[in-house]
Amino acid sequence: MSVKTLTINDTPVAVEAGATILEAAKQAGITIPTLCHLEGVSDVGACRLCLVEIKGINKLLPACVTEVAEGMEVQTETAKLREYRKMTVELLFSEGNHVCSVCVANGACELQDMAVTVGMDHSRFSYRFPDRPIDISHPSFAIDHNRCILCTRCVRVCAEIEGAHVWDVANRGEKCYVISGLDQPWGEVNACTSCGKCVEACPTGAIFHKGETTGEKTSDPGLLDFLVTARKKQQWIR
Amino acid sequence: MSKTIVIDPITRIEGHAKISLFLDEQGEVSDARFHVVEYRGFEKFCEGRPFTEMAGITARICGICPVSHLLAAAKTGDKILAVQIPPAAVKLRRLMNLAQLTQSHALSFFHLSSPDFLLGWDSDPAKRNIFGLIAANPDLARAGIRLRQFGQTIIELLGARKIHAAWTVPGGVRSPLTPEGRAWIIERLPESFETINLALDLFKNLLDNFQTEVENFGKFPSLFMGLVSPTGEWEHYDGHLRFTDSEGNIVADHLSEDNYQDFIGESVENWSYLKFPYYKPLGYPEGMYRVGPLARINICSGFGTEAADRELQELRDRAGGVPTSSFYYHYARLVEILGCLERIARLMEDPDLLSPRVRAVGGVNNLNAIGVSEAPRGTLFHHYQVDDNGLIEKVNLIIATGNNNLAMNKTITQIAKHYIHGSEITEGMLNRVEAGIRCYDPCLSCSTHAAGQMPLHIQLVSFDGTILQEVYRD
Repeated sequence: MSVKTLTINDTPVAVEAGATILEAAKQAGITIPTLCHLEGVSDVGACRLCLVEIKGINKLLPACVTEVAEGMEVQTETAKLREYRKMTVELLFSEGNHVCSVCVANGACELQDMAVTVGMDHSRFSYRFPDRPIDISHPSFAIDHNRCILCTRCVRVCAEIEGAHVWDVANRGEKCYVISGLDQPWGEVNACTSCGKCVEACPTGAIFHKGETTGEKTSDPGLLDFLVTARKKQQWIR
Repeated sequence: MSKTIVIDPITRIEGHAKISLFLDEQGEVSDARFHVVEYRGFEKFCEGRPFTEMAGITARICGICPVSHLLAAAKTGDKILAVQIPPAAVKLRRLMNLAQLTQSHALSFFHLSSPDFLLGWDSDPAKRNIFGLIAANPDLARAGIRLRQFGQTIIELLGARKIHAAWTVPGGVRSPLTPEGRAWIIERLPESFETINLALDLFKNLLDNFQTEVENFGKFPSLFMGLVSPTGEWEHYDGHLRFTDSEGNIVADHLSEDNYQDFIGESVENWSYLKFPYYKPLGYPEGMYRVGPLARINICSGFGTEAADRELQELRDRAGGVPTSSFYYHYARLVEILGCLERIARLMEDPDLLSPRVRAVGGVNNLNAIGVSEAPRGTLFHHYQVDDNGLIEKVNLIIATGNNNLAMNKTITQIAKHYIHGSEITEGMLNRVEAGIRCYDPCLSCSTHAAGQMPLHIQLVSFDGTILQEVYRD
């Protein structure tokens, strides 16, 4: 097993080769903000919140999908990064229709928490108020595209853990949205096993248990990691 | 002439008001209009949302009486689910509504209206507010504030927050009362009774000096509408709808909210965003009716609780029968608080309040449903149409304040005709017109959170349309 050594925020870190900067930072006790990262599934670098600065590289790179290299010098908390992270969260809010006060996830929402973390008190960008649908055709669950930030955690959790691959991404740019099946109403997708992992994976109130009302959605962030690692760790009960 | 705005649909209100007064050739007031000039749009933007979210969304219409919308929305949701909710949930919802009636009425009386009674209609407007009241009568002001706190805290004990507690849900409520919560309510009840008795004594002593106001603040015949219990007693949550006339005769009884469109029409005027509901059989505008505390005490046989019934009888004796002056809204409000406190005390003995069985679950079993509740300001209707999955297709809301729209316009006309002659508007007159509206405790005053400082725009318009004088108060 080869080891790579690098510095993160001037702290020396030694990690297994092939690890990502995000994993290295976690080992070193350094927190890098993320939204699309989910323990137990692959990373895609969709949310851009984990961007870091690396000496000698001219652009910012996402920590979740960038492998460590020998002698790398990483900075995670520069003024530039803080400003970009705040701007990213502002853009997420202005892109969709996020109304915390009446949202099922109010109080248990990673986007809401992230806004607090990055110090966002308002959005400097005009709200787009897109006209997006809600699909509550599934007997147990519902998806409100207004609250979707396209992190694709649902897509990955369904494909990689449940193995059903109900979710996918359609279109590009402002028309981009997650689809169930072949862009069918969720309730008509036979592949769905109604396991509810996408509800657990969703960082916002976009996917929720049908019938949940304002602030009723609860968050159990460790559940999916537990499911993935239970066999490896021989730990069947939390 | 008055400003004309046409927007379809005409719907919700909150905040600012404008009044136009129209003069004839002799300089006498011929008409007055109460304009609500804000547009909320809830009926439109709720379209497409799941019906389960409606309580949370519509509660945001108002910060003073969100509970009314929580109840009306949840009751409409119960009907979409087609479930009978657990008895404990009914009692808990009732408790929250009683608490809300108490806190809202306390706010109306102590914070907003009593400065007029206690400091004088023509007193310095800079002091004619709750702060002036605190300076003049600190004990009374404190007692009033604590009475409101009593109601607000019960709401918080049930729903985890005082305002916009999204605690009622289709099928019931989220959680029961805790033993600690019940203990707190029981402990604070005696003080609340003491305060309301003090306020009643105070108001009754003042009433003799207010005969001009009683005669001119909206004294006219009209219908009264509200909920009554199956036995005809005072009601705030369930029961059936009843209309009575100014002589106390029952005009229509055992009406169901499900058929509200058969007996309530909604007219619109191009000078106000507030709809003009009317009693359909009499047509528009003859079908004017009033709702709220005065209507509720006029349509019922009694409260069914000892102290409130005694006070109700005294109110009726003082009015010489059915009170028809809107000035009596204040009096009715105080009697209602007493009735609410007695009912809260009675509920405290009910073990069901602590029952964990508070929520029925169901699917979408009705596509069209109508819910009703008695808000502090009057009868509130929610009407939803949903698709097979429960997404809202159409919403119609009849807000309590809206029901009183015709009566409010008539009230300010009556006040203006009595107090205004010639071309000069004095501050005292402005305040009386404002107080005429305040009798009804409309949601407008809720949003401004100011005693004696409701934003007003008064125009004095001559017969040829010339604006003689304009007075603004921001």
